[in-house]
Amino acid sequence: MAELVIETKGLTKRYGDLVAVNGLNLRVKKGEVFGLLGPNGSGKTTTILMLLGLTEPTAGTVRVLGFDPVRQPLSVKARVGYLPEQVGFYDDLTARENMFYIAKLNGLRRDEMYKRVEQALEQMGLTDVADRRVGTFSRGMRQRLGVAEVLLKQPQLIIMDEPTQGLDPEAAREFLEIIHNLKAEGITVLLSSHLLYQVQEVCDRVGLFHQGRMVLEGTVKELAQRVLGSAYRIRLKADGPVPALEKALRDLPNVVRLNRSDTNVYELEAKSDVRAEAARAVVEAGGKLLGLDIEEPNLDEIYTRYFSEQG
Amino acid sequence: MALRLKQIRRAREGSPWTGLWAVVAKEMADHLTSVRMRILEVLIALTAFGTVYAAILRLRSTVGQDPFLFLRLFTTEREPLPAFVGFLGFLVPLVAIALGFDAINGEFNRRTISRVLAQPIYRDALLFGKFLAGFFTLALVLTTIWLLVMGLGLLTLGVPPRGEEVMRSLWFLVATIFYGGIWLALALLFSIVFRQPASAALASIAVWLFFTAFWGMIADVLAQVLRPVRFGFPQEVLAQAQLGLALTRLSPNALYSEITLALLHPTVRALGLLLPIQLQGAILGTPLPLRQSLLLIWPQLTGLIAATILLFALGYVLFQRQEIRA
Ligand SMILES: Nc1ncnc2c1ncn2[C@@H]1O[C@H](COP(=O)(O)OP(=O)(O)OP(=O)(O)O)[C@@H](O)[C@H]1O
Ligand SMILES: [Mg+2]
Repeated sequence: MAELVIETKGLTKRYGDLVAVNGLNLRVKKGEVFGLLGPNGSGKTTTILMLLGLTEPTAGTVRVLGFDPVRQPLSVKARVGYLPEQVGFYDDLTARENMFYIAKLNGLRRDEMYKRVEQALEQMGLTDVADRRVGTFSRGMRQRLGVAEVLLKQPQLIIMDEPTQGLDPEAAREFLEIIHNLKAEGITVLLSSHLLYQVQEVCDRVGLFHQGRMVLEGTVKELAQRVLGSAYRIRLKADGPVPALEKALRDLPNVVRLNRSDTNVYELEAKSDVRAEAARAVVEAGGKLLGLDIEEPNLDEIYTRYFSEQG
Repeated sequence: MALRLKQIRRAREGSPWTGLWAVVAKEMADHLTSVRMRILEVLIALTAFGTVYAAILRLRSTVGQDPFLFLRLFTTEREPLPAFVGFLGFLVPLVAIALGFDAINGEFNRRTISRVLAQPIYRDALLFGKFLAGFFTLALVLTTIWLLVMGLGLLTLGVPPRGEEVMRSLWFLVATIFYGGIWLALALLFSIVFRQPASAALASIAVWLFFTAFWGMIADVLAQVLRPVRFGFPQEVLAQAQLGLALTRLSPNALYSEITLALLHPTVRALGLLLPIQLQGAILGTPLPLRQSLLLIWPQLTGLIAATILLFALGYVLFQRQEIRA
């Protein structure tokens, strides 16, 4: 089994009567990108703060990289990068000066500090603006500066709270690309978001939060299978005799449901990727195949469906 | 709560001061380049220059007769200007408050607090680093002013200060810095309590105003109520005066002015009430040696420092318990 980077058991945080996080059992493996997903107030930020030792758990245990954040916060914080929700900088200082400060707080020696700062700025494409006051930075640039700063400590784990919030779609896409690259470098990433569709591509596994509990956990596909019953949705466009085509498609193995949304558009829900079989079936039934698409299962849909079923 | 803090303390790894000097360096750089501090520095320098120059004009005539000429630079007033020490009494709190009122809430408002505390340091280092940075900045500014005053005296009076004068004025400098420390600790405390820097600044200034303008009166009234003079016995009068004095001394301003008095006026033999019996054997008008003056102000000086530590500790406890989400 792969090494566990994060492991919590029965992690609970209460604020008075309010249970912000309730009996959380979370396991994140090395090299994974894990998404903590859920609506506002579902306990994502609270969970993250407990992982970093910035808030004390009411009950339960936490291990991050084998350390206990309550007892050994310095060991945890020296190895874990944290990009807070709406990251803030000293606006009067330049990007480079902001990074120097963080490097010094991490106890980096002078030469090492210069090297790592330049490297991180370069990696995030900020070298050209490094001497500009951060006050003049756009939201996207701040976010990248946040990652650059996190990279200074050469972290084994990076925790990001709502990293794509407030970014325009293009900047958000770029940012997800950055996360991809971090993963390629072998860094484990834990990110939180309430915009499920935005992060579903980049996450290996996700946990869906609801009122402090992690109600669903797994790969997006697994969740789709569990909640929607079928993980693959195929859109097929074909001309030809409708009843014959419908029958041929319905009879394919693993197909759960068939809908015709337009005169010549068929939507299949299947338990496996049946595109090849569907194409053959259309041709054999005397139809003309015009288009064939597979739709990734949508987290939003999974979420909505799950809660409508729970009542 | 105290018990829990203690348990955490015992179990905590590493030193609470990791990263302290990084914080001090950054904060001091901020202070020394900030417009706010520039303005205050210019203000103090102008005040120092104006009052000391006025003092020099008066002192020129007495050069050679007064053994404590350089101390007079600080204490001589010339209408309409009060003496330099008078100005320091309110400029120092002002500077100290300016150095501290947005220390912690500023980090919250800029949303930098969670980023900074996610580095391998404890909250202790951030808070104490901020205090030290303010304290050092204060010390730097006041020392510069001290040098300016002494230099001005040297140039215009034409005689070098005696060792005793240098030592006394140095102790005065130290006491002034610690007097600033208490206001710095207060401003820092309010920067933890209030989320808005403006509220913290106003609260600090309100406390200062209270002690400067009202506490003397209130202490008198309290003394009259609590120790009324019913029959006019001397004991009653004495008890009332003693209580009044004790209450007055709760004010840092009062402590500071007693310290200044004893340090800069070597002939002062006692602070507060002086009973005839205490004067027996003393030759009035002869200056006290520095050691004696220091003994005189020791309670006041330690009182200032103790109050500073108390305020800081209170801020520390509150800050440790604060939720740090932005
Ligand atoms: N200091 C606090 N005191 C009392 N309640 C709190 C405190 N901090 C958070 N909460 C509550 O805990 C719950 C979980 O909050 P949390 O910030 O973890 O949610 P979240 O999933 O991060 O939401 P969002 O998407 O809005 O960031 C919320 O109901 C919130 O009101
Ligand atoms: Mg949150």
